[in-house]
Amino acid sequence: MAMPTMPTEIEQPTGSEITDPALPWLVIVWNDPINLMSYVAFVFQKLFGFSQEKANRLMLQVHNQGKAIVSSGPREKAEFDTARLHAYGLWATMQRDG
Amino acid sequence: MPSAGPRVVRRGADDYELHIPDDHREILRGLPGQLREVMDSGHSATWRLFPDAYPDDPKMSAEFDRMTREDLIAGRKHSLQVMEQTVDATRLNGEQLSAWLGSLNDLRLFLGTNLDITEESYDEPLEEYGSSSPAMAIYVYLGWLEEMVVRALAADLPPGVDG
Repeated sequence: MAMPTMPTEIEQPTGSEITDPALPWLVIVWNDPINLMSYVAFVFQKLFGFSQEKANRLMLQVHNQGKAIVSSGPREKAEFDTARLHAYGLWATMQRDG
Repeated sequence: MPSAGPRVVRRGADDYELHIPDDHREILRGLPGQLREVMDSGHSATWRLFPDAYPDDPKMSAEFDRMTREDLIAGRKHSLQVMEQTVDATRLNGEQLSAWLGSLNDLRLFLGTNLDITEESYDEPLEEYGSSSPAMAIYVYLGWLEEMVVRALAADLPPGVDG
């Protein structure tokens, strides 16, 4: 019986395969110089049902830090939220967590 | 622009008053049609209305765009049509005012992108700000009007539950 040996070369996954498929997708809203601060907070409340306080906090994070994660979950949910944000004119993108 | 600003007053649930001088309405009247035209012509400054969903993955971004663009355009055109049809109205319901909000924001996104607006654009002295061109004056005016609309509609938002 032989001891299992480590393969000398391991095929490295490339590209998007390297991320864990179990990881959720993140929806990120980016700062832009045009959308009104009041409008961005309004959209967060309207789309995600956040309190005014949370919506304002996220809006200020976008404004001051350049971006904020506003939603996460399976890819389908993230795409749905991204499309809704685009319909409201917000600059939203998606990426895998991690 | 005349100095008297527009006002939007919430009268009750689903009932809003639009106080907009007639000469302002004349300017607003032509804007939805103009935005429709630039969307149809694929004007370069309309990119901001259709952001890349996956900036690091052109293939997935293109697929997302293919899946969503038609609905995005239809939704935007519907809002523009509502604004056009109610441009002389003094009372709007919530759905109509929401369509105005969408149209005003889309108009500002197009104009602001076309004007190369940056965060620094807002640092100009108030008396100079908005006076550099007719397009800039309209951009500034639409921001004022949109702010009024947001305030009116925000009063009807449910309190919200934070997850």
